[in-house]
Amino acid sequence: MPRQIRDVVFVDGVRTPFGKAKGQYAETRADDLVIKCIRELLRRNPSLPPEKVDEVAIAATTQIGDQGLTIGRTAALLAGLPNTTPGYAIDRMCAGAMTAVTTAASGIAFGAYDVAVAGGVEHMGRHPMGEGVDPNPRIIAEKLVDTSALVMGSTAENLHDRYPGITKQRADAFAVASQERAAKAYANDLIQPDLVPIATRSAEQGWGLATVDEPMRPGTTLEDLAGLKTPFRPHGRVTPGNAAGINDGATACVLADAQTAAELGLTVKMKLVSYGFAGVEPEVMGIGPVPATEKALRLAGLTIDDIEAFEVNEAFAVQVIAFLEHYGIADDDPRVNPYGGAIAYGHPLASSGVRLMNQLARQFEQRPEVRYGLTTMCVGLGMGGTVIWENPHYTGGDTQ
Amino acid sequence: MTDLQALIDEAVAIETDEVATFALSRDIALPSVSSKRAGTMALITLDNGHDHTKPNTFGPKGLASLSAAIDAALARDDVVAIGVTGKPFILAAGADLSGLPNLTDHSQAVNLGRIGHGVMRKLTDGGKPSFAFVNGIALGGGLEVALHTSYRTVSAAAGMLATPEVFLGLIPGWGGTFLLPNLIGADHAVKVVVENALNQNKMLTGPQAVQLGIGDVLLEPADFLEQSLLWASKVLTGEIEVQRREIDRGEAWDAAVARGKAFADAKVYGAAPAPYRALELIAAAKDADRDRGFAAEDEALADLVMSEELRSGLYAFDLVNKRAKRPAGAPDKALARPVTKVGIVGAGLMASQLAVLFVRRLEVPVVLTDLDQERVDKGVAYVHAEVDKLLGKGRVSADKASQLKGLVSGTVDKQESFADADFVIEAVFEELKLKKSIFADLEKIVRDDTVLATNTSSLSVTEMAADLEHPERVVGFHFFNPVAILPLLEIVRADRTDDDSLATAFAVGKGLKKSGVLVKDAPAFVVNRLLTRFLGEVTTAVDEGMPIEAADKALVSLGLPMPPFVLLQLVGPAVALHVAETMHAAYPDRYSVSDNLRRLVEANKSSVYTWSADGKPSVDPEVAALMEIGSKASTADELRERALSALADEIRIMLDEGVVAEAQDIDLCMILGAGWPFHLGGITPYLDRSGIAEKVTGARFLPKGVASLA
Repeated sequence: MPRQIRDVVFVDGVRTPFGKAKGQYAETRADDLVIKCIRELLRRNPSLPPEKVDEVAIAATTQIGDQGLTIGRTAALLAGLPNTTPGYAIDRMCAGAMTAVTTAASGIAFGAYDVAVAGGVEHMGRHPMGEGVDPNPRIIAEKLVDTSALVMGSTAENLHDRYPGITKQRADAFAVASQERAAKAYANDLIQPDLVPIATRSAEQGWGLATVDEPMRPGTTLEDLAGLKTPFRPHGRVTPGNAAGINDGATACVLADAQTAAELGLTVKMKLVSYGFAGVEPEVMGIGPVPATEKALRLAGLTIDDIEAFEVNEAFAVQVIAFLEHYGIADDDPRVNPYGGAIAYGHPLASSGVRLMNQLARQFEQRPEVRYGLTTMCVGLGMGGTVIWENPHYTGGDTQ
Repeated sequence: MTDLQALIDEAVAIETDEVATFALSRDIALPSVSSKRAGTMALITLDNGHDHTKPNTFGPKGLASLSAAIDAALARDDVVAIGVTGKPFILAAGADLSGLPNLTDHSQAVNLGRIGHGVMRKLTDGGKPSFAFVNGIALGGGLEVALHTSYRTVSAAAGMLATPEVFLGLIPGWGGTFLLPNLIGADHAVKVVVENALNQNKMLTGPQAVQLGIGDVLLEPADFLEQSLLWASKVLTGEIEVQRREIDRGEAWDAAVARGKAFADAKVYGAAPAPYRALELIAAAKDADRDRGFAAEDEALADLVMSEELRSGLYAFDLVNKRAKRPAGAPDKALARPVTKVGIVGAGLMASQLAVLFVRRLEVPVVLTDLDQERVDKGVAYVHAEVDKLLGKGRVSADKASQLKGLVSGTVDKQESFADADFVIEAVFEELKLKKSIFADLEKIVRDDTVLATNTSSLSVTEMAADLEHPERVVGFHFFNPVAILPLLEIVRADRTDDDSLATAFAVGKGLKKSGVLVKDAPAFVVNRLLTRFLGEVTTAVDEGMPIEAADKALVSLGLPMPPFVLLQLVGPAVALHVAETMHAAYPDRYSVSDNLRRLVEANKSSVYTWSADGKPSVDPEVAALMEIGSKASTADELRERALSALADEIRIMLDEGVVAEAQDIDLCMILGAGWPFHLGGITPYLDRSGIAEKVTGARFLPKGVASLA
């Protein structure tokens, strides 16, 4: 008889407020950020005995220094989990945390774990993208990948080329909306419950406390964005204003087998339905979410029409719009990133996946009429990742 | 306010070398509690800009900075509370001691007290609630800052919380003697301020501090500051009500002070003023009158700052913390050869104790040898039993105990086990011929560069090495009993000892966590030479007719760790006699051998005292019977003068002979090897300030100001 797959649930997720590179976290260690997220998860879920955590999977893109030393295991020990809980480090650049989630979840489904912690951290102020990389010369020699593929902003410009209908104007408008929605979400206290306050060291100013996402620019206007430089191409379309910044932050979540969650009396914020990762031409990595979503939908036996809530990572406005256009969804559709996205909050590479999940979980909570939602992101070197979730609060009945 | 500022300005002008600790203030949006906004806290971080190897300290500039930060916070309507915390691992390690020698008159010292009080009490009566988040080391003034705040959180990882002032010769003069008993009761306050300080400066851990009531809540280190701020929010919004224990202001308070006084008497015999001043202040603090209490602290602090005992204490503190770690005259560390296996000749009690020390600290194979297998087995069994004791007390893990026991072995056949030893120490009977023959035998077995060390207390190391092929690798390596506790290691350079071997000996000493002092190969080295000279004067006076009890009383009033005849008992009359004989042979004019001591040894008496059923000592009548004494009874003053003069005389000779490099080394040896007290500065500062040094030797041992008021 074939093995049984178990149902996996997303119990709870938290994140640190995100910071600007060289900003509030300039003198804070990356591992400390994720350690405090893990501790907060345990505090918020007191019916979960720490010794029942079977694995801690933490992602980071640049796994050296304070993001190295098998960070999942180190963070587990330093967070106060018993030394019987193993841990590992994992990397898929921007989709690090998402991959930590899907990998740990697969372990749960397979029966290897009952409960796992998954998350990600990136301190881009200390570890800029590409720190320590040594690209194989064959990449250029065999023209396997265009040189522009190694610079994310250039891939965004390439995407504008491929879809000329996506103008700078549209990208800027999307960015303005992201900032507005973020400001509104803060005003309505929809983001703050996810945040873990973090003590921030500053030799010059003394200790502080980070409680708010530093990158946000509420009140941004189209005029503000219109004048910005286009660093990736002269007279280009991609600016620092319609893209996510260089940021620091960490996220973590608790995943569990559905039955264990019930036995332990844990909350269930989302139910895992399916996931898919796919490769695309690295030069247009921004389109990655499309084939990844196709895969996830097929595995779930769903179509895009079944998805009523979207969290799309906003590495660049153009890639979000490219994804929406593919599925015939309007740029300003209220089901997409209703609380703002990476353009406002920042995108500390490996951590973002769980931020998307936290916000999708908020959507599910606020909109019980929604049954299915998805989190999706593009990934450097040409990939996409998508996870489809089901709403445990779903009340049944029509959404249209 | 302006008075305080004037005092601060005056103090800043005097102190020039201060490594200032700045008070950096930052606004914190306190976490909301149950949807109640807690408001803005002005969080002050104490930081001197250095890492944890240079802890924060308070001098006038630092206090000025703190004052300004507190004032700024108090002036703001939008600030609901003030917080104080420290740079990583350190809250603050007390007052800046380096500034104390600059205070040359009493009123300057009073001002120091007034400044500290004036600044810190703003945290109590400034008008806003305050919190101390004790994230790490908090000593003296560092702990006092936290005592002035309304509330305290303590990190479970904070070690070293204490008020060590009495240990040095001061009192906690910025509120400690008043605030501590009014917070945790006199019983615990006496323990912390007096007893811990006089008990080798014992300190508290975070958990202990919270248990005593010094901290309100213990929080885990991983997110200490975040959780402290959340706790503060809960207190400010009323969700948490902080309960403090009730203080017993009746008999219990008086009893605690009395207990403290008895403790101080037993430790310093009234010779050091600091603990008694502290107890006076604690006694008076019962009235809970803050202004009176702080003013009294100002006076007491100033009196002690301007006291000779404090200057000696600071000098001693410096010796023990700095000179002990950088032994004067020791050769370059780089010359040391690695020691990965140790041999010990002898398996008696001393040798076995050495084996425990070596294996525990160095974690290398240690081989014991002796005359027969039975002795060897007994020695090894002793070591194993000691390791098991450590395991039982939880001082080592089961794996470590297993490792240590496996490292220790015994053999009668040295050839098999000593050939590859890097360091061999002999701890056999104190007889030159025996030791020479042991070294001769060893030399046939060990390598040419194996260090041969001797634990002799009075024989000539040069002599011991004289007939060897390679005398240059022989060193003296003299431990003090009890080996596990006394840190001194007299490391002796014999006439032919080379630098490499000496460097190796120092490195081994450091590995054993002992403080090595370089000593020339002179009889009885430093400690035993001086103690024997000292004891010699005492026994002579008693032989002449001074009653034993009077003699002990006369000298114990100096504050020495024990009276001379109790010391005699500890050392053992037979050993004392042997050393006296050796010293008499070397220096007949200055060292005598008491016939009564001989009689005591012949009668096999271990002490001149006998104890009653309830522990009261009195002179053993059997001892009194066998002694032959004269009829000339010296007075207490006469005996003191005589004994101290003899010490001064001997020390001058020792320095002239180059037995050790400087007077500082004499003092370091007496502090670490004989437990002589900080308030005497070891011994030479006391000889200087009492005038005896100049009277007897024509000059001071140390320049004025080094260990005394200038």
